[in-house]
Amino acid sequence: MEHVFDSKAAPGRRAVLSPMVPEIFRVEKYRKETLDTYTLELKPASGTGEHRFGAGQFNMLYKFGVGEAAISISGDPTSPNPLIHTIRAVGTATKAMAKLKVGDTIGVRGPFGSCWPVEAAKGNDVLIIAGGIGLAPLRPVIYQVLAERRKYGKVFLLYGTRTPEDMLYRAELEKWRARFDMEVHVTVDRASSEWHGNVGVVTTLLKKLVLDPDNTVAMICGPEIMMRFVAMDLIKKEMTLDRIYVSMERNMKCGIGLCGHCQYGPTFICKDGPVYTYDQVIELLARREI
Amino acid sequence: METLEPILAEHPFFKGMPPELLKLLVGCASNVKFEAGDFISREGQEASEFFIIRQGKVALELFSPTHGAITVETLEDGDVTGWSWLLPPYRSHFDARAVDLTRAIRFDGKCMRAKLEEDHNLGYEMLKRFVRIIAERLSATRIQLLDIYGTRV
Ligand SMILES: Cc1cc2nc3c(=O)[nH]c(=O)nc-3n(C[C@H](O)[C@H](O)[C@H](O)COP(=O)(O)OP(=O)(O)OC[C@H]3O[C@@H](n4cnc5c(N)ncnc54)[C@H](O)[C@@H]3O)c2cc1C
Ligand code: FES
Repeated sequence: MEHVFDSKAAPGRRAVLSPMVPEIFRVEKYRKETLDTYTLELKPASGTGEHRFGAGQFNMLYKFGVGEAAISISGDPTSPNPLIHTIRAVGTATKAMAKLKVGDTIGVRGPFGSCWPVEAAKGNDVLIIAGGIGLAPLRPVIYQVLAERRKYGKVFLLYGTRTPEDMLYRAELEKWRARFDMEVHVTVDRASSEWHGNVGVVTTLLKKLVLDPDNTVAMICGPEIMMRFVAMDLIKKEMTLDRIYVSMERNMKCGIGLCGHCQYGPTFICKDGPVYTYDQVIELLARREI
Repeated sequence: METLEPILAEHPFFKGMPPELLKLLVGCASNVKFEAGDFISREGQEASEFFIIRQGKVALELFSPTHGAITVETLEDGDVTGWSWLLPPYRSHFDARAVDLTRAIRFDGKCMRAKLEEDHNLGYEMLKRFVRIIAERLSATRIQLLDIYGTRV
């Protein structure tokens, strides 16, 4: 398949601002998704400007006085205002951001990085596989595909989390599952007997899926081990590496390919990634020192 | 009289099984149905049977006095319950409970062991199928053990 990304970097206000200078945004809405994950809806403090982005791109969010973190944009690319980020509180910056309140300000640099092949996938079946917080960077794909649903073949969403309580976007998942033109399967690693859904790792969902390997584009985002196992199962189902896309994660600093912090083999994840075809990363994934 | 042979032949577990071998198993098989909530087997009890699921959902559970029943895996159409019937001391390791109305084919463990012992071609065909399932579940269990969503791995 042709390697076509939707865009390398969506054109936007960054054409005029330096990519190292954060623009100030204000928290419009704060929603707690799970025990450790929350969603911020942001609007420019200046009240003007739009923040166009491609599905899969990320911003560097700056909690003033604390630090920056790379966070994918989880909103709708066809309706990019407000700017939406879903964040898991794991360390210094992300825990500090969890304490933001409506009206507080935050610095935003971006959007940066490559996109999911949503345009290139037109005419194909689309298989979206997410693990944990990995649904956030893939939600823009779902919005974009559903906005032009007739241009795609079958659409599958497979989502795995640790427990039912860790599931993101529950109301939306239920809405998507109720559609006749999308197949949604959810599984958790463990649950109490109250849970009526599937229990088992996300690869178990793949087992029964009947795929047309030559006409399917797979987009995977989640912990690296999960992505490796999922990709392996897709290869067993005769999908070629150039039809499998993954989103990679490494620590970032500049976000624009200058500092080398996010170097991944011969590439920089902030500039050449985070979205890669599997043939671009398969050898790197097997190397321990990277 | 209608036999279970065509139903077995269609089940994914028996895919590729030579018909003459499949015939040998029919005598050990019977059609069963479980209502939602029914226990299919209980941990520690004799594993005198196994089931191939035709339709429905079954939870494999472990009971903990502090956490109650914890589901470790769910099985659905096309899946097989387990292999405790094949290995001494023939005791179930989990509770298996129907989550939804479940239709299955029950295989009698003693009958099956005798057949597999008698005809090693049949024994090999069955073992190949169970080894694949054991390998798949082992791999899934390893990923579960890593708790990949919980910490950075
Ligand atoms: C391209 C890209 C997109 C991303 N998109 C998102 C997103 O949409 N939402 C989101 O929540 N995160 C996302 N991340 C991850 C996010 O950037 C990190 O979690 C964040 O930088 C951590 O910063 P911190 O200052 O809070 O943690 P630090 O203080 O830097 O780390 C503190 C501790 O947390 C651990 N830690 C750091 N990152 C993670 C992690 N990801 N998971 C578990 N433990 C971790 C560290 O090992 C350390 O022990 C993305 C990363 C990249 C590269
Ligand atoms: S973060 Fe600086 S080069 Fe990628």
